[in-house]
Amino acid sequence: MFGREEKVSTIRLTVAQYAILVIFVFLVYGLWSLQVMDNARLSNMAEQNRVKEVPILAPRGKLTDREGRPVVDNYPSFSAWLVRSQGKTSDTDLDAIAAGLHLDANDLKTHVQRLSAMPGYQPIIIKYDITPDELAFIESHRNEYPALDTVQVHRRLYPRNGFMAHTIGYVGEVSEDMLNQPRFELYNAGDIVGQSGLEAEYNDLLMGKNGSRRVLVNSKGKEVGVLSDTPAVPGRQIQLTIDLDLQLAAEETLGDKNGAIVAMDPKTGEILAMVSRPTFDPNAFAVRITRKDWSALINDPGKPLLNKATQAQLAPGSTFKILMSVAGWQEGIAQNLHVLCNGGATFYGHRFGCWLKGGHGSVDLSTAIYQSCDVFFYTLAEKLGIERIAKYANEFGLGQKTGIDLPQEVQGVIPSEEWKIKNFHQKWFAGETISVGIGQGAIAISPVQLLRAVSAISMGGHLVRPHLVVPDKMPQYYRDTLKYEETREIPIDPEGWNTITDAMARVLLPEGTAPSAHIPGLDIAGKTGSAQTVSLALRAKYANKAEFAQNGWFVGFTPKRNPDIVVCVLFQGGEHGKLAARLATQVIKAYEDKKNNHHIEHLKPPDASSGEAEEGALRRPGRKTMEISGIWTDGGDAGHLQAARFVSPASAAKVQRVVAAPGLEAYAHLDPEPRPVPSHPWRDTVSHLPPVAAILPAPLRGKAVSGGAR
Amino acid sequence: MNRYVHFRDFDWLLLIFVLIICGLGVSEIYSATLGTKFIGMHVKQVEWITAGIVLMFVISLINYQVLLEFVPWMYALSIFSLVSVLVFGKKYLGARRWIDFKLFHFQPSEWIKLVLILTMAKYFAEYRDNDLPFRELVKAGLVVMFPMLLVLKQPDLGTALTYVPIAVMALFLGGMRARHGIILLLVAAVLMPAVWKWGLKPYQKERLSTFVAPEADSHGAGYQVIQSQVAVGSGGIWGKGLAKGTQTQGQFLPVPHTDFIFAAWSEEHGFVGAFFVLLLYFGVLMRLIHDAQTAPDRAGVFLIMGVVAVLAFHVLVNVGMVVGFMPVTGIPLPLMSYGGSSILFTFLSLGIVMNVRMRRYVN
Repeated sequence: MFGREEKVSTIRLTVAQYAILVIFVFLVYGLWSLQVMDNARLSNMAEQNRVKEVPILAPRGKLTDREGRPVVDNYPSFSAWLVRSQGKTSDTDLDAIAAGLHLDANDLKTHVQRLSAMPGYQPIIIKYDITPDELAFIESHRNEYPALDTVQVHRRLYPRNGFMAHTIGYVGEVSEDMLNQPRFELYNAGDIVGQSGLEAEYNDLLMGKNGSRRVLVNSKGKEVGVLSDTPAVPGRQIQLTIDLDLQLAAEETLGDKNGAIVAMDPKTGEILAMVSRPTFDPNAFAVRITRKDWSALINDPGKPLLNKATQAQLAPGSTFKILMSVAGWQEGIAQNLHVLCNGGATFYGHRFGCWLKGGHGSVDLSTAIYQSCDVFFYTLAEKLGIERIAKYANEFGLGQKTGIDLPQEVQGVIPSEEWKIKNFHQKWFAGETISVGIGQGAIAISPVQLLRAVSAISMGGHLVRPHLVVPDKMPQYYRDTLKYEETREIPIDPEGWNTITDAMARVLLPEGTAPSAHIPGLDIAGKTGSAQTVSLALRAKYANKAEFAQNGWFVGFTPKRNPDIVVCVLFQGGEHGKLAARLATQVIKAYEDKKNNHHIEHLKPPDASSGEAEEGALRRPGRKTMEISGIWTDGGDAGHLQAARFVSPASAAKVQRVVAAPGLEAYAHLDPEPRPVPSHPWRDTVSHLPPVAAILPAPLRGKAVSGGAR
Repeated sequence: MNRYVHFRDFDWLLLIFVLIICGLGVSEIYSATLGTKFIGMHVKQVEWITAGIVLMFVISLINYQVLLEFVPWMYALSIFSLVSVLVFGKKYLGARRWIDFKLFHFQPSEWIKLVLILTMAKYFAEYRDNDLPFRELVKAGLVVMFPMLLVLKQPDLGTALTYVPIAVMALFLGGMRARHGIILLLVAAVLMPAVWKWGLKPYQKERLSTFVAPEADSHGAGYQVIQSQVAVGSGGIWGKGLAKGTQTQGQFLPVPHTDFIFAAWSEEHGFVGAFFVLLLYFGVLMRLIHDAQTAPDRAGVFLIMGVVAVLAFHVLVNVGMVVGFMPVTGIPLPLMSYGGSSILFTFLSLGIVMNVRMRRYVN
């Protein structure tokens, strides 16, 4: 069948053999170069493929009031971020992501571009507080955009409507400028840090330490195992000295008037309440404040971001006379000084008028205090001289930082010869001393400085350091550096102290400057003040326009001896100190009411996990609650969640805020049952008091009106 | 004639090599399908191998001379089946390659390889000269080109390309002149751009371009190339151990039980394991060439060398793809990759080789 056929060429078969050998050498070389030469790099890539580092964000520490009731809490929220170890995200992907998350595509691209220099393991947060539909978008596009992921964060929940906003402050993403400062060198881009108030002051304590979890993932990004787990260390909870009940009273008392109210325990320096107006909503900062809102806050002439309690620098007006009295007494001048006031006096060729044009007649120290006679203090100032005034003012902490645990406290100015030369290269004129005697002129202090000075005088020279946190609950480092409990005893002659405080107690009596602020049964000693913001002549020129209205001041304490509380009120544009005094007495009244009823029922602070059940318990009939925070949405933005809610037990003691005015004394005592407090009972009380009938429940009207003698 | 045939002349050594490769393949299929929806595939692979071995013995009993008698019929049937696939075939992943016979899917393009090997063997057995003039070369080339174009039409570039080595090997052994070889190479080089422009589907172009620069598209087509290299490279010298390959087990490696089984194997068994497997394949091919050298006639040589060409090409393209030397083409690694068609074809080819070997003392 196969007769004569050629054998297949053996050479060609051998060639085929060698060709196959070459092929195999080639393949072995390929394996060698990958598995031996390039092993380290590829092993690393394999490792990165499957190990994903998931940060666990630490919740910030809560802030509670002195009774443990939450003031600032957190709520869980989801943020969207790009995990860049999963590879670079292309521009077309970013467009789609921007659309899905309702972001501006160009903003997103520049944001990602700007942060691209950060280490690759750090994810870029592209949106905070995503809504459920945005969360669903991310979940359903895991395969298309493996870099897009979510992280649960704990977001700050602040009280609503700017309640206590200045004291608390607010948080925000750490800025690039901040990161360049040594103080923030341990922070990472994207960290949420305190930007003002207590949030900034105690940021290191509140922040906690982020943990991380190294997880094994498969190619779909699905977790298949956990390698290691470093739990987050939550931020430390801080207990404030603030009493929420009193804070609420002070907030409602100041309402939407401009100014500040600070209440303090004069024995310890614990701040019990601190309010500043106008206010802002720190919840707006909790995400990332919009440019528009920010510029609105910055450009507001009322300076809503300024905490007037510690950052306003103003002339104290007649409230400064208390310090003048102490200085005068200690120097042996005031106790023997008798002045005839006929409505003014002439010093160094200038006539200085008394606020009472008709004059006070013959005045001594006591009368000069409760009648606030200017001529007496002009004379005293002349006799003391600026150097001695400055010495006493400085000794009581005026013109100096009080050391309160809030950032950016102002120093203020107490003028002196040295100060004038240093700042104006001019000699001090003796005539300038006269105005300083009544708290006008070059003198400028903050409400908290005045509060502290008067507090020291009320305690017979016990100068405290105002503070907002309970020292016992703070780490030693903070106690050592901030010296919360540091006090200084300033010698005050007991007789002089008696005379001065007795005279202060008469300020609210009929013969004083603020009788309308008197509340029977309350032993309040204080001093009114009204300070010009511009010269009287200038003011007249602008036809008494509101922005040039005088600032009303009141600083007072109760009881007269060994006081429990000292309150300072700055009522900007309030014209007269007695209006400020009315505000102060309302706060003091709230304090007294709470103290007197304290034994009835003292509520335990709610647990950290205040769930629905707990809330239910809080809302038991008969138990009063106060809601200072809640869920709300800002209109338009697809139901954007702004915050969650928490409800605090209010003091069981009924805290009744009343408009203290002649004829209304009985009001507060006649109401045995809790009843709704009018939301803004003080509104317009300055310009005109509301009719009694309007704010009293029907059964009480007769009694209340009839009770009013004074 | 049968009385001269004896299983004593069966190539037992070759079979041992083959079975070791199959066993390693089964173990890697087991490992690669752990925790996936393909779990248990290794059992099916054992069944295919068993069927393949039976088929191999059966085929070795039928005289290859008889088989060659039927070549015209088989060739005609092949063309017919390819046309039917184009007309009735099931569309799967954008290509018509299968005919659904309810009981099993039939992929004719795989069997065409065998038919082409037989056809080439018959052609050159009858040509009987060791010098191939140009006219004969074109004739032989066209015999292969025709079914190849039909397969390309499916489109199945990978399988179509496997027909090329059959033709090349046959033409080379058939005595193609060096001059003609050079001309063919030049023509191919000139045609390349035209094929690129009109002959390739977008996904084929993509595969080829990512082969050149895989990093350009690390989440698309380049992903497979990169993940495969990462798998192989991270295996190191000794490998990560059976079922411990992170690329394989984490499903980063695409289809680790079929086309990328060698990457999975290399990751888990390292350079040593991969080298061992390549050595086995080399042993198989050398053994086959040895059998060709001792074949009784031209037809036997061409048959065996056809099988050598196909197997060597598969190993080259598949392993080359895994290490990143070759584009991703979807060509399985014979004997290791999971898949009935591939296993049965390989054993069938080996059956023909055995057939030739067992008749080496005939005549």
